[in-house]
Amino acid sequence: MKITLNNSEVSMAGESFSVRELLALMKFTFPMIVVKINGRLVRKEDYERVFVGDGDNVEAIHLISGG
Amino acid sequence: MKSKLQKLKGTCIGIAGCGGLGSNCAVALARAGVGRLVIADFDSVTRENLDRQYYFLDQVGQKKVRALYETLLRINPDIVVEAYDLRLGPGEIAHVFKDCQVIIEAFDRADMKRMIIEAVVEHFPDKFIIAGSGLAGYGGNNELRTRRLGNLFICGDEVSEVSDELPPLAPRVAAVAALQANQALEIVLDDMEPARGGDVWDE
Repeated sequence: MKITLNNSEVSMAGESFSVRELLALMKFTFPMIVVKINGRLVRKEDYERVFVGDGDNVEAIHLISGG
Repeated sequence: MKSKLQKLKGTCIGIAGCGGLGSNCAVALARAGVGRLVIADFDSVTRENLDRQYYFLDQVGQKKVRALYETLLRINPDIVVEAYDLRLGPGEIAHVFKDCQVIIEAFDRADMKRMIIEAVVEHFPDKFIIAGSGLAGYGGNNELRTRRLGNLFICGDEVSEVSDELPPLAPRVAAVAALQANQALEIVLDDMEPARGGDVWDE
């Protein structure tokens, strides 16, 4: 499948991944992250049950402490 | 431009947290002529805060919202400031910022940043939220930027995390606060339309 991840096209072997699997694959390891799929926010408690498939636009933003 | 700026008098902007980002952002918005600000924080001013936050030595010990309220009115006596001395959770956010057109995220901790982004998306799908992320240290002017994701804007370099080795320093903190304030003005003055169509994943 091909997805758009943070404005770059990414090809992956497989039909779909849960958000949790995708984050692990892409090595997004920061503890605090916000994920949007096709513009919609995915809550952290839904990372296992929301899936990313071909053509999806995924945006993952690390939130960094400091203010 | 001058008549356009009159619009700011009727504008209400919320600021969640009154530390380095929030205090500097509030002052910038007050100077620009925003008519109403809603500010919220539970903390008190310490001497250590003076290295980057918009407070003064004679305000040490005061509640931040009270000190900031007084500073804002010293800049512009016509501004309306609603100051909330409380710890913001999702419920408080839904209540405190209900009249604001734009909400500025100005917390310190990353988990609080996520909490308010989720709360705003849930309670106010038609409001904009402008978060600050990545501002520690010095230099890297051209790494500071703004990214839009639907109704969420992220200001900062998205990399520099505050730590003992990389403290937050006044110029960079104020620069990100100014990016947030500048983005808020653009949203209001250019009548930017919020992204529509269910911003939360809901199966």
